[in-house]
Amino acid sequence: MPKVTVNDLKLIRERTLPTLCLASCKEGAKITMHMGTCGVAAGAVPVMEALKDELSIAGRDDIRVVVSACGGMCSSEPNVTVELQGQAPVVYQHMDASRMRQVFRRHVLRGEVQTAFALMRQAAFGSQGGGK
Amino acid sequence: MSAHRKTVTVCSCPGCTQRGAAAVREALEHAVVTHELGGQVEVLAGDCGGLCGIGPVIQVPGEGVIYQGLKAQDAAKIVKEHLAGGAPIERLRYAGPGAPESVPLESEHPFTKDQLFWVMRNKGLIDPEQIDEYIARDGYFGLAKALTGMTPERIVEEVLASGLRGRGGAGFPTGMKWKFAAGSQSDVKYVLCNADEGDPGAFMDRSVLEADPHSVIEGMIIAARAIGAREGYIYCRTEYPLAIHRLNVAIAAARDYGLLGTDILGTGFDFDLEIYEGAGAFVCGEETALMASIEGRRGMPRPRPPFPAHQGLWKKPSILNNVETLANIAQIILNGGAWYAALGTEKSKGTKVFALSGKVKNIGLVEVPMGTSLRSIVYDIGGGVPNKKKFKAVQLGGPSGGCVPEAHLDTVVDYEEIAKVGAIMGSGGMIVMDETTCMVDMARYFMDFIQDESCGKCTPCREGTRRMLEILQAICAGKGELEDIEKLEALSEVIRESSLCGLGQTGPNPVLSTLRYFRDEYEAHIREKRCPAKRCTALLEFRVDAALCKKCGLCFKACPSKAIAWERKQPAVIDTAKCVKCMSCFEVCPASSIF
Repeated sequence: MPKVTVNDLKLIRERTLPTLCLASCKEGAKITMHMGTCGVAAGAVPVMEALKDELSIAGRDDIRVVVSACGGMCSSEPNVTVELQGQAPVVYQHMDASRMRQVFRRHVLRGEVQTAFALMRQAAFGSQGGGK
Repeated sequence: MSAHRKTVTVCSCPGCTQRGAAAVREALEHAVVTHELGGQVEVLAGDCGGLCGIGPVIQVPGEGVIYQGLKAQDAAKIVKEHLAGGAPIERLRYAGPGAPESVPLESEHPFTKDQLFWVMRNKGLIDPEQIDEYIARDGYFGLAKALTGMTPERIVEEVLASGLRGRGGAGFPTGMKWKFAAGSQSDVKYVLCNADEGDPGAFMDRSVLEADPHSVIEGMIIAARAIGAREGYIYCRTEYPLAIHRLNVAIAAARDYGLLGTDILGTGFDFDLEIYEGAGAFVCGEETALMASIEGRRGMPRPRPPFPAHQGLWKKPSILNNVETLANIAQIILNGGAWYAALGTEKSKGTKVFALSGKVKNIGLVEVPMGTSLRSIVYDIGGGVPNKKKFKAVQLGGPSGGCVPEAHLDTVVDYEEIAKVGAIMGSGGMIVMDETTCMVDMARYFMDFIQDESCGKCTPCREGTRRMLEILQAICAGKGELEDIEKLEALSEVIRESSLCGLGQTGPNPVLSTLRYFRDEYEAHIREKRCPAKRCTALLEFRVDAALCKKCGLCFKACPSKAIAWERKQPAVIDTAKCVKCMSCFEVCPASSIF
């Protein structure tokens, strides 16, 4: 790997930023698994296994799964964030394997936000505060 | 066409099965027989339509009725009232998905609306193991600016102008530290990151390292440029395996891109770092002990001066900054010191991350602008004390800090203001306590921690904290004497005055601050042999108030030592000879009749 220059950094940013933002991707859905220590301790691993199982049953190749870290509210872990193309990302709380299956089948596949498990809705990626 | 009039389906998917679908189906089939509906109602395996989160789910497809979250005992009711009686049970029905708009936006949610994410700007948004995602969020552009457009002196000036102060707790201006180290003449200098987060109740650094490891690495490279260092260490405790794993991935990726190593970004600047895994001694968070530990010696503090900025690791000029401090640096360089200094109070700038925990509804990481009141953090962001209990105090700064009672809850987040009420900003641990917390017991817990973690170098700290613990244990056991409070105060004074490092100098703080605000609790323990919070079990004699007793028998069922006599419609009676004071009955009593 050659050393990157400042210009390369800009190219990487230009190349990667759209992939973080679902609106500029071809995928239909992005599922973020919050797997920091607090999430894992609260049971995120079986949630991940249930998701993998559902994904293989659904056989969809346009759903992206991202592993990230703690979303900040540890008492609501395990958290899973579901973003559908053109819709605000929804953060789910207190997830377990069964809830994951329901969120996957009803929200990811059918577009019904499962308000009973939802913690909050986020603004679209990158538009929230912080930094510049 | 089936001869049956109605079909009921029971979902058999993994989710519903896990939640007990088989038992529901069995109960349903049984109830159909007992209600003599065998010829009319057919029970089949079916599907839940993905509603297994509140499974098990059964459906009456012909009528579009979906029941969820059923228990076996619900089956008979459904058969009787719905299938035989024709009236669906509304309470058990799936109400359909709610309106997405009913879910609060992050900008409206009580937990997040008053927070400002600077240090935690990438939390949960990027994959911490993908360096490109960090770069996409302006990562390493602070470094690019510092290396290509700024002299080392300019970097130090910018950090000084930001007013950033050490987030490890002491609050020393970061820019000053850097300036001293930059001014030291030496061919070798070191940049160190303190990730030895050891306070009970603190998890800010762990979360930052797990969510955004590159922000710390970037801060370290900029610091190295500012003081002229070429090597660095991250001192992280072994108890943080995920943080260490993600740091290792991040360091490898940064090396791959040449962001660590030689000729960084083609500017001719060299810097590399490695992780040193500490074994978890609390004292190793102290800077000179941390350096001794990296050098392979026993982690013990040494007298200062010489300060690390002149003689630090391997007697070379070194700077040691906390994880959160370093995570601020790239933003300060990118946006300017003035941008950072515009937020906060007169002497405390920017934001502070707290680990909010204890008796509070919303537990988690909280990042607020300096100047936010503690009341706002506990009540607005934290959602207040759960279970209708009364707030008692909030402990700031862990075992080195102090508690802030209700009367001072309007104190704002600011190094000096918090010190005025007898606590410290600390690294950010914030433990909320309610009326069921005994402050003497709390002080005993922290003193136990301190005497355990004392390295033993200074006699007052090694022996004094042990004696203080013994006195506190005696008070909690009902063997306290009136002069104990004076003894605690005298010992505290000696330990504070004559200990070398922060551990001993601040160790008595929990005792002093609880004595300051909750002296009456100490006196109740000593004079009346009574624990007002009902935590010190040696002082409690459990008995049931027959007038309040609801005769429910919950205490009888909870008691592990068969010390409670109870019969239906009779108040419970506790046999104190058999009672092991485990508090099980106290905790389950719905009428608060046991004390």
